Amino acid sequence: MSCKCGSAVKDERFVKIDQILEQNGRDESFLIQNLEQIQTALGYLPEDVQSYLAEAMDIPLSKIYGVVTFYSLFTTEPIGKHKISICLGTACYVKGAGDILAEFERQLDVKVGETTKDGKFTLQACRCLGACGLAPVLNVNGKVFGRLTADDVAGIIGQFE
Amino acid sequence: MDFYRAHVLICAGTGCSSMDSRLLRQNMHEEILKRGLDKEIKVIETGCFGFCNMGPIMVVYPEGTFYCQVQPSDAAQIVEEHLVKGRPVERLLYQHEKESTDTVEMENIEFFKHQKRVALENCGKINPENIEEYIAQDGYFALAQCVKEMKPEEVIDVIKKSGLRGRGGAGFPTGMKWSFAAPVQADQKYVVCNADEGDPGAFMDRSVLEGDPHSVLEAMAIAGYAIGASQGYIYVRAEYPIAVERLKIAIKQAREYGLLGKNIFDSGFNFDVDIRLGAGAFVCGEETALLASTEGRRGEPRPRPPFPAVSGLFGKPTVINNVETLANIPKIIRNGWEWFAAMGTEKSKGTKVFALAGKINNIGLIEIPMGTSLRTIIYDIGGGIPKGKKFKAAQTGGPSGGCLTEAHLDIPIDYENLTAAGSMMGSGGLIVMDEDTCMVDIARFFLEFTQEESCGKCPPCRIGTKRMLEILDKITSGNGTPEDLTNLQTLAETIKDASLCALGQTAPNPVLSTIKHFRHEYEAHIYDKKCPAGVCQALLSYKIDARKCKGCSLCARNCPTEAISGKIKEPYVIDQAKCIKCGECMNRCKFGAVIKE
Repeated sequence: MSCKCGSAVKDERFVKIDQILEQNGRDESFLIQNLEQIQTALGYLPEDVQSYLAEAMDIPLSKIYGVVTFYSLFTTEPIGKHKISICLGTACYVKGAGDILAEFERQLDVKVGETTKDGKFTLQACRCLGACGLAPVLNVNGKVFGRLTADDVAGIIGQFE
Repeated sequence: MDFYRAHVLICAGTGCSSMDSRLLRQNMHEEILKRGLDKEIKVIETGCFGFCNMGPIMVVYPEGTFYCQVQPSDAAQIVEEHLVKGRPVERLLYQHEKESTDTVEMENIEFFKHQKRVALENCGKINPENIEEYIAQDGYFALAQCVKEMKPEEVIDVIKKSGLRGRGGAGFPTGMKWSFAAPVQADQKYVVCNADEGDPGAFMDRSVLEGDPHSVLEAMAIAGYAIGASQGYIYVRAEYPIAVERLKIAIKQAREYGLLGKNIFDSGFNFDVDIRLGAGAFVCGEETALLASTEGRRGEPRPRPPFPAVSGLFGKPTVINNVETLANIPKIIRNGWEWFAAMGTEKSKGTKVFALAGKINNIGLIEIPMGTSLRTIIYDIGGGIPKGKKFKAAQTGGPSGGCLTEAHLDIPIDYENLTAAGSMMGSGGLIVMDEDTCMVDIARFFLEFTQEESCGKCPPCRIGTKRMLEILDKITSGNGTPEDLTNLQTLAETIKDASLCALGQTAPNPVLSTIKHFRHEYEAHIYDKKCPAGVCQALLSYKIDARKCKGCSLCARNCPTEAISGKIKEPYVIDQAKCIKCGECMNRCKFGAVIKE
């Protein structure tokens, strides 16, 4: 029997979610792992994705929302094409990561946690990356830049523009 | 088995990988292949050597030549000069002002000389992605010994006698923990490895997982045998992708070799391990919060008792051990408890790994016998403070700990002495601060961190830390009043007493300890409206030294608020009412005429 709800094609995103659940499991203890992989695949976790997951894993939506908003790794808002995460761990902070963050805020004209209007960059502060030997460090799309000064900021933005 | 005349070890830890060590390995492979030496020379990707700011690191055996800051483009020269002609490439050798320039071997370098590697023994020595290399270092021998020759209570007894204490922070005796869970009757018990290394600036657990994942798996199986558990979970931060990947490989290999799974060593003992990812919540390092998160819930702690040893994961008896604690266990079984207990101080046995970072020359991971002094760590191993600046304080225990000052430089470091000094061992983060660090700002930084990471379940932590942070913000922005110090202390004591878990109970420590040791800095902020270290922007003012100013106008042209005025070739002045203290003028001035007070 075909679907009567009007849209015959299942949302691509939900197909992806089904694949992830198939691979990991639907037990509640896999919730965080599933959310992490779904976010990696889709970029963020909007409400309809959470609702679908609630049905698929048989967990109340309120609980899923509770988990998504509890952990700093998850976001319910779309993020920019390039994610700049500045480490604000102690080692980086002592070596001036705060100045670098301020310089990014100035040059990109956003506050930490925000995305630029053109959707290109999301500026985030993150917890210790464990690369303290290179402090201060930041991570753009998984690539780590170390031993930074405020003068390096323009160059880094330029690389991804 | 193939025999090689030389082994090239290249660090593949997070620090060196961030500095293109992957490309370096690739280039080495290519250069070796090009010369047809691939049957003679083997390139091995190892875990972290610990000397992170000298990375990427390469060690060539049999000589043990230590190369540092090796670039991918250096590969051809190393192969040609060292591996073909037998001459070390001198420009890449480690050089240090205190040491003679011909330091070639790793063990002669000051940074390594004072260390004693137990938990980190295999890091930087074996390929973590190859189980055979771990087995060749007597890996899984301790597990075999336990399940074949020892009774569970004998295993617990050995760990108890060794004096091993939890390396995650609290220092609870590991053998005792096991002995609580062992007698509890249950159809299922669990062993959980706490790899949620949240202390900003500490990365020893990551290094062990990246460099020697099998030691953790072996130890978990030993713990499982001792308490009667058949399932283990490793709760690891998603921020550590390399560690997660190596763990996955290690678990797969251990299963293939029959070292995890059913009927291990034909003893009838079953044990398996799975990974659960943490998703960025500092509070999940607390054991009850960690269990909630492992079950897929919000990581909120709960009151104890019942302790996890009685009712833990999924309500079953559970032992939770930290990564570094576990890494010690196979070695204690293999070498005997007497060997372990012979290291360290009276109540703190063995070694401790510290992540040395901040204002220090040699940043990296070090492992020292308990009882080593802070002076040895900072000046011998750490190589002192950069640019000849003066040591001010060292923070141990991260956001839960406190600071040690010059007066503490010579105390032997162990659990008791650190607590007595008003700090704590914590997980082993050791951040060095020099005269340019403002202690009020550092206290504010730590409190901002714990405030943000407070899970919100209990009011003393949720609301109390917020109020403390507001007061600190007030002080650092120049609006502090004399009663602020008393208020901070009263709030701190209440939060310590009334919070549900260790996060809240320890959150005020950095504030209390900086008030204790650096009260004068707080007072300078409050009464004189000055930041002695020149960090707190609101308390600074920029001035132009008329004697040094050449009147080039560069500062005025770059000032975003047009606060600087003057005539060409005459000294310029800054209008304090307009100045936003961005520091741009100071950065631009070529004559050092702009001063910050």
